[in-house]
Amino acid sequence: MTSEAQSTPEAEQSKGRLRILQLYPREMNIYGDWGNALVLKQRIKWHGYTPELLEYNVGDEFPDDVDIVVGGGGQDSGQVVIQDDLQSRADHLRELADAGAPMLVICGLYQLFGKFFKTSAGPVIPGIGILDVETHGTDERLIGNVIMKSTEFGDIMGYENHSGQTTLGPGVEPLGTVTKGAGNNSKDGHEGARYNNVVASYLHGSLLPKNPAIADFLIRTAAERKYGTFVPGAPDDDYARLAREHAARRPR
Amino acid sequence: MLSFSVPLGKLVRTLSRLRGGGSAFPGLVVEKIDPGFMQRTLASLPHGVAVVSGTNGKTTTTKMVVELLESQGLRVFTNRTGSNFTRGVAASLLGEVDWRGRLDADIAILELDEAHAVHFVNKVQPRFSLLLNVLRDQLDRFGEIDKTARLLEHIASKTTDTVVLNREDPRVARIANILQAADALHHPNVRYFGLDESLRSTFPNDDDMRTSGSGPSPSGTSVAAAVGEVVDLPAADVVLRRVGAQDADFEFDGRTVSTEMKLRGVYNIFNAAAALSLARAVLGTGPVDTPKLVKALADVAPAFGRGESLTVDGQPLELVLVKNPSGFRLGLKSFPAGGYATMIAINDNYADGRDMSWLWDVEFESLRADGVEVLTGVRAYDMALRLQYDDVPFGAVEPDITAALRLFINGSRGKPKRIFCTYTSMLAIRRELAKITIVEVVS
Repeated sequence: MTSEAQSTPEAEQSKGRLRILQLYPREMNIYGDWGNALVLKQRIKWHGYTPELLEYNVGDEFPDDVDIVVGGGGQDSGQVVIQDDLQSRADHLRELADAGAPMLVICGLYQLFGKFFKTSAGPVIPGIGILDVETHGTDERLIGNVIMKSTEFGDIMGYENHSGQTTLGPGVEPLGTVTKGAGNNSKDGHEGARYNNVVASYLHGSLLPKNPAIADFLIRTAAERKYGTFVPGAPDDDYARLAREHAARRPR
Repeated sequence: MLSFSVPLGKLVRTLSRLRGGGSAFPGLVVEKIDPGFMQRTLASLPHGVAVVSGTNGKTTTTKMVVELLESQGLRVFTNRTGSNFTRGVAASLLGEVDWRGRLDADIAILELDEAHAVHFVNKVQPRFSLLLNVLRDQLDRFGEIDKTARLLEHIASKTTDTVVLNREDPRVARIANILQAADALHHPNVRYFGLDESLRSTFPNDDDMRTSGSGPSPSGTSVAAAVGEVVDLPAADVVLRRVGAQDADFEFDGRTVSTEMKLRGVYNIFNAAAALSLARAVLGTGPVDTPKLVKALADVAPAFGRGESLTVDGQPLELVLVKNPSGFRLGLKSFPAGGYATMIAINDNYADGRDMSWLWDVEFESLRADGVEVLTGVRAYDMALRLQYDDVPFGAVEPDITAALRLFINGSRGKPKRIFCTYTSMLAIRRELAKITIVEVVS
């Protein structure tokens, strides 16, 4: 585990420290997932708290006081590399999720937070079952700009690129309903999954920069769990709004 | 059939040029009426065909190989129009053959896009191939970079004489093992181009760019871990030992040669080592005029839009093409921001790649001190958002490239300028520059 603590002059007036844990950045971070970690780090600062960004890779010691967990996508080969280590952390991650820790998992780790990923070549990579979803590899690749509607976060936008198709079981809700793009699979129009304070999605792009509502949900939940309240700052989201407007006009 | 197809194809080519049409259409016509045209014509070349492929640097590297071989007196056919797919090659051939279909050349050096190269090598087996790199680019086309690597493996497996591989890119270097495992007796010769140990940290590969750690790990280790291999670098035919401001040291045949370079940017100069290695493979054991070879290397100018230097209002203006995170990171490293006015132009058209996530894998801290004057392109606001999160100050955000270019040039008079641009924004900028100012191509 490596840690990058933020010691700023304002640390004195900080509303408190929040620790972000990035899961497997070495193998599972190929679609700009670093952007999600960076957005959390900066927005925590902009809200007046002190961020601390931790990384967890295969074989590292797992930190015991984590406030937000974020995990990204990787190549299919990356999923194979992390699978044993992830299983060894399954109980701990499940306890965290059940207890309400905010988590964001994208693409590959979304699949592995589910029950299993049956690859198109045949082998099954077991998941850790936090999410009641299953994923089947296909020869069809779902690629392109995505827009979806979510009652919780408003319009969500990003970009998808996956050949695994995920179906939701009764234990989860979809994150949203797609209006442009495919989402979880090429059939039901659902995108992503929600369980407790876990947000799972196929959208990169990266997801959080253009969807600050989700970033702030994760930060608010983390602050409330740790400090009992969340006192927001006032981040300047003008460029996020303009980038969203332009993204919405782009073709699939 | 034979006697009509070439004149007919040339006629179509002339007509479509008169209409200002695309460069590949005549290739389509000749493919339809004479499917064997390309194979037959290329098969007549005494030194055969060499294919250059990979994610980054194909155009400039191909240009280098051509100029290196011409310095040794070889007559070279190449697909200069930049139509780097099969039909484009056929169209280029039509322009070069005589009316009886004869090509006056010793060898063909062809730049081929990874996916199209696969179709091409199924039709025409190359004698040589040069595989540059597998980077995160155009994932909207290829899905995964492991898939791109498999496309390059296929090119290598069809090569009959020598495959030249990038020793520093683990996904490319391991193609040697795959060739050996596939056919221990008949696999092509493998040679590598490589980097000095001291330069490796300046070439982050895709697997090294995502963590917040202090810097990339030594080249190859993390991919090697991902593909489950031990890192043990083989000897390289040509090694880039040092890159200076305007010169570089290359090592081959057991000695180090220092030369001035017109090319700028460490990635271009690393590709010069690649070009040198392919040229040496083509020249084989025959006589090589090394001084002429090195002179040709020193004289190579960048290809269209690749690190070009123009003069605008008496000040230099550099265009740096950025297509993926590795390229952007190397661009920022190769062209330090100090003293320059900077503009960034990001489009997300098909030729640029539709996926914007890669901007989040580039670190922009090096622009923090001087800031960025203007952001433009279809995705100007995505770029603004990216810089906002890296605490980089910026001026105007103007998606319209024409308006942005005026702002940039008027606002930075008397200062050297640099524009980082994606492919289609680069084309638009060149068009506009020619309209609003006198553009003089310096190199």
